[in-house]
Amino acid sequence: MKTFLILGAGTGGTMMANKLAKRLDPQEWEIILVDREMEHYYQPGFLFVPFGYYKPESIVQPKQKFVPSGVKFINSDIELIEPDQNRVTLKEGNKVLSYDHLLIATGTDIHPEEIEGMQGAGWQQNIFDFYTFDGSVKLHKFLNNFNGGRIVVNIAEMPIKCPVAPLEFAFLADYYFQQRGIRNKVEIVYSTPLSGAFTKPVASKMLGDILVKKNILIEPDFAISGVDSAKNIVSSYDGRELNYDLLVTIPTNMGANVIGLSGMGDDLNFVPTNKQTLQSNKWQNVWVIGDAANVPASKAGSVVHYEAETLIENILHAIAGKELTAAFDGHSTCHITSGFNKSLLIDFSYDVEPLTGVYPMPVVGPFPLLKESFFNYLGKLSFRWIYWNIMLRGIPFPLPPAFSMAGKKQ
Amino acid sequence: MSVLDSVKFDADGYLEDPKVWNKEIAEAIAKREGVTLTERSWIVINYARKEFETKGEAPTLRAITKNTEVDTKELYSLFPGGPGKLAAKVSGLHKPTGCI
Ligand SMILES: Cc1cc2nc3c(=O)[nH]c(=O)nc-3n(C[C@H](O)[C@H](O)[C@H](O)COP(=O)(O)OP(=O)(O)OC[C@H]3O[C@@H](n4cnc5c(N)ncnc54)[C@H](O)[C@@H]3O)c2cc1C
Repeated sequence: MKTFLILGAGTGGTMMANKLAKRLDPQEWEIILVDREMEHYYQPGFLFVPFGYYKPESIVQPKQKFVPSGVKFINSDIELIEPDQNRVTLKEGNKVLSYDHLLIATGTDIHPEEIEGMQGAGWQQNIFDFYTFDGSVKLHKFLNNFNGGRIVVNIAEMPIKCPVAPLEFAFLADYYFQQRGIRNKVEIVYSTPLSGAFTKPVASKMLGDILVKKNILIEPDFAISGVDSAKNIVSSYDGRELNYDLLVTIPTNMGANVIGLSGMGDDLNFVPTNKQTLQSNKWQNVWVIGDAANVPASKAGSVVHYEAETLIENILHAIAGKELTAAFDGHSTCHITSGFNKSLLIDFSYDVEPLTGVYPMPVVGPFPLLKESFFNYLGKLSFRWIYWNIMLRGIPFPLPPAFSMAGKKQ
Repeated sequence: MSVLDSVKFDADGYLEDPKVWNKEIAEAIAKREGVTLTERSWIVINYARKEFETKGEAPTLRAITKNTEVDTKELYSLFPGGPGKLAAKVSGLHKPTGCI
């Protein structure tokens, strides 16, 4: 019997367990899936919880519900990976698992301790993150009682997962305070280490215009040097200081600690990975999916979904001793919620930045790109259903995974 | 006539061909950008060149501060504004691809 070991049962690990269970011969392969958590969080929901648009319990489900029969789920911390020995040590009973093929799907997490003073007296008092379940629930309680003042949204460092989520947070905050009738008592500042609202020029311009329209101040090129909880000030390396009543931080995002401890990661514990084949640069029987990889694509659920289509083909080819032919093109599709029941859609790849135009969609018709619409917002809301019922179960979409220029304006 | 007249730059002011770079060009780019290079700047530049030669791209700020003795605060004083971009420019490398 051979072993296919999957580390991490989040979006990517769960999706691939479902795909592999369908395609690998159960007489020949045992598939094992390991995760330290029993609960699966729908992370895109973390954006809506702070404003009370989603109830916390509506974005959590037991992980095991999505583990197909034939896949063994182990609930444990992963302590060490030794890729030269093809083995992994678990914390639970110090168990050592040997593998023939390994898939790393341990994602990325926030590290507020990387920023001086971030976890001082103000942490979770008037400084919150919304990148964790705990953070978004606590931020909701705080916002309920917030009746005016200055909110600073800060991205500490790139890359972060779902790079549009901080913008969406600012847009939704504007909408939320308008709904509460106190927008005139709230100042919203968006501070980012980037030179504009987004990483790529066309989208940056369009999204920057929306910030202006919504009266959200932008503080670009802001490289955070520290937080002073006593004075409620966040400062930058070039000497700027922003005072806040509420600091919403997106702290440094890093790959799992175990990746660093095992000597498999870069400076941020992301695994060096071939951006086309999704095979580790160093070990031929090690594969990487999703946020854990260092590939220059967005760290997003949609990307994980597109990657899975490439990965399953390459893994099956490798097992059969054939050449790897499938190549991931960096395709990413993102819905950007802009408040007022509207959202924008962006679609891009390694080579093509987000452009305007339309996104062709079978049956329901084209979605406008880089333009606010109610229709797009329905797309964003339906994502939760699609995530639980289609994506995690590894069922292919009626959409082609490859990036296409159809409908886009150049 | 400046050494910069004989080399080509892209629209954002980065050297088109990192291979033609030398110390004299670095000094001239720094002057054009309004920064003075010190011994400490050269620690960063030499590291950036070495990284480029092995990995094919400019190092991130985090890589610079982790792998040299220069910390982030000093990096901002050596290359004011955007140290990642400015250090890459002076080191004759392409604009850092940054992130998505
Ligand atoms: C606020 C927010 C909004 C978002 N919005 C969107 C959106 O609108 N659209 C979109 O496409 N994407 C969105 N995303 C991004 C998306 O959720 C992630 O990109 C995606 O879930 C990544 O999947 P993954 O499998 O790589 O990692 P994850 O799903 O995070 O899974 C990693 C798993 O590894 C486990 N793990 C890690 N280390 C260990 C260890 N040492 N031992 C045991 N287990 C371990 C973790 O417990 C976790 O279950 C959003 C994310 C956030 C935070």
